[in-house]
Amino acid sequence: MASHYEAPIRKPLVLGDKSYHDVTVDIAAPIEGKANKSWWIAFSIALAAFIWGVGCIIYTISTGIGTWGLNKTIGWAWDITNFVWWVGIGHAGTLISAVLLLFRQKWRMAINRSAEAMTIFSVMQAGLFPLIHMGRPWLAYWVLPIPNQFGSLWVNFNSPLLWDVFAISTYLSVSLVFWWTGLLPDFAMIRDRAVKPFQKKIYSLLSFGWSGRAKDWQRFEEVHLVLAGLATPLVLSVHTIVSFDFATSIVPGWHTTIFPPYFVAGAIFSGFAMVNTLLIIMRKVSALEDYITVQHIELMNIVIMLTGSIVGCAYITELFIAWYSGVEYEQYAFLNRATGPYWWAYWAMMTCNVFSPQFMWFKKLRTSIMFSFFISIVVNIGMWFERFVIIATSLHRDYMPSAWTMFSPTYVDIGTFIGTIGFFFVLFLLYARTFPVIAQAEVKTIMKSSGEKYKKLRDAGKPLYQISTARPVIIEKGPITDDVLMGEEVPLKDDKVGLAELLDALGTFDPTKQEADNLQQIKGIGPQMEATLNQIGIFTFEQVARMTVKEYELLDAITESFPGRAQRDDWAGQARILNNKK
Amino acid sequence: MASKVIHAFYDDDDVLMHAVKKVRAAKHHIEEVYCPFPVHGLDKAMGLAPTRLAITSFLYGCVGLVVAIVMMNYMMIEDWPQDIGGKPSFSFVENMPAFIPIMFELTVFFAAHLMVITFFLRSRLWPFKEAENPDVRTTDDHFAMEIEIHGNEQELRDLLLDTGAVEINITEK
Repeated sequence: MASHYEAPIRKPLVLGDKSYHDVTVDIAAPIEGKANKSWWIAFSIALAAFIWGVGCIIYTISTGIGTWGLNKTIGWAWDITNFVWWVGIGHAGTLISAVLLLFRQKWRMAINRSAEAMTIFSVMQAGLFPLIHMGRPWLAYWVLPIPNQFGSLWVNFNSPLLWDVFAISTYLSVSLVFWWTGLLPDFAMIRDRAVKPFQKKIYSLLSFGWSGRAKDWQRFEEVHLVLAGLATPLVLSVHTIVSFDFATSIVPGWHTTIFPPYFVAGAIFSGFAMVNTLLIIMRKVSALEDYITVQHIELMNIVIMLTGSIVGCAYITELFIAWYSGVEYEQYAFLNRATGPYWWAYWAMMTCNVFSPQFMWFKKLRTSIMFSFFISIVVNIGMWFERFVIIATSLHRDYMPSAWTMFSPTYVDIGTFIGTIGFFFVLFLLYARTFPVIAQAEVKTIMKSSGEKYKKLRDAGKPLYQISTARPVIIEKGPITDDVLMGEEVPLKDDKVGLAELLDALGTFDPTKQEADNLQQIKGIGPQMEATLNQIGIFTFEQVARMTVKEYELLDAITESFPGRAQRDDWAGQARILNNKK
Repeated sequence: MASKVIHAFYDDDDVLMHAVKKVRAAKHHIEEVYCPFPVHGLDKAMGLAPTRLAITSFLYGCVGLVVAIVMMNYMMIEDWPQDIGGKPSFSFVENMPAFIPIMFELTVFFAAHLMVITFFLRSRLWPFKEAENPDVRTTDDHFAMEIEIHGNEQELRDLLLDTGAVEINITEK
């Protein structure tokens, strides 16, 4: 079909000789396999940090905000710094899934799922800070415009803090439904592969009974397009409104009209850095290097470079406008940032955010995975300092020099921040083991245009598909009989009839002509399973390669060990590859 | 009532498209096609009407905007007008600039959520709903075309045999 055409100069987005089924197997693998040791180590560390954070939050709420390092001059410090930092990180997910969808950027498909997960988890962390800063979080519903016992006292709709309530909750909930509707077909894929009843139940619950009808897909695509159209201005509005928390005040250093675009660019900047941090690890751990390629990392690095440069322009504009305004308080606020007692925070911000992304002009550096990972961490740190500089250093020297002070965080401040990082990683690590981390249904749609296999076929002038003339198998199924329902037709353990049927399908092994293969080369077959297979009469890769769902089930019934193992590890596929290599 | 259906399985989206066009050209009604991923142009080839979800979303957005305006006018202007920071709330038009962020947010909130709820209800998707795809392979790499049989089993079989199907199932539904 002509619609699959893509210019040959574009590099493939899915590497390797992948068929549609290979995509399924690769993306289901992390969910169906077992967690390795490094996952458990990472999870334990994250959980410990999370529990430490919970302890700090409980202490804060039971004792009061006095447990933080705030004082009467600096009323906002780490809490709001962390809030803005986490909200900002969230922005990349929506940008990737919504804005890049509108621009028809196919490379988003490998990373949008995880980026959206990151959005949801980080906005959850962000939401915690205003909540605990309220002091009495059980009264949080007071921010909602609901009739109350105080007569007709309503919330103040003129306040940017209330705008924030609406913006963040709309953002979180819309991101969540955007993410979930996209997940339905992928959960359905996992559901249909699940062999254990419990998994099957859970994934059919999560997939909302997705069946993949043509009409459902038509609606699905429309819903995604409209949601992308809605989420694009939404994501821009969220950080705009967060910046209003500062920009609508009259505090020198906060009262800045360039805050909205400057904050949005900064949010995308920090968010892409976090996506890079997470995905560089995930592609390795979950063996997804064929989907999240170096090209993906390079493109994200370019976005980091661009948005980092916008942020740099904003910093310089701020300085210029402070000087040009002629307002001495404004001028002092910026002079104090760069040369006052918090100079180190200011220069850390400048180095990390303005200087470090400029390395990405060099192709060698932006295609280096180690370097990208390093810069992504640097940017995350830099963006935290940006918020700290804006918030704390603008407050610590106000109009009255006798009130000037410094901020030092208590262990509760630090613990709460570390706790949210722990919470974030707990959620992300659980996600990585239970959710399809790549939007596999979407990736399958670009296989023919951007998959390496099909690109090679096209370059060689070969057709991408052939209508096979082989006669299809015709199966006539009568109404389901009671025998099947009662499970009476399933062969029992060591059933001779079942064995004969299995070997009929797989072919028999002739020791005089053939040589037995080492079946343990197939992942999932151990010495014990090999012995069992040999006992049945299966000795070669060729035989294993012929196995289909029907044979797997027969085998499971006969051996009664590791049900579903063979299908999950795709023994037939593995055996085919091994047989070809022989 | 038990009716007989024929399921033709394909393992390639382009082959499926050819088959759909062929079956349609032979004036048979395609009951359904189950796909593992969206196939572009399939809805047109099958003769499905375009979806109106985008229109509903626009209408829901208008509802959200009206809700926001009515709510803020009632709460800030009519029910308890206050003078906050020297900016009295006695006129909706004069105070409106401060209401724009929430007007926007509620428009998006209504448009997005109500459209998704409409989608779930129209496509019959909700927790505990049983999946209805005829074969587990249709969420992996197979496409299933479902055609109802009305005493024309042999004719349909012959038609489907050389469309490149990998498997043809005839089942009671």
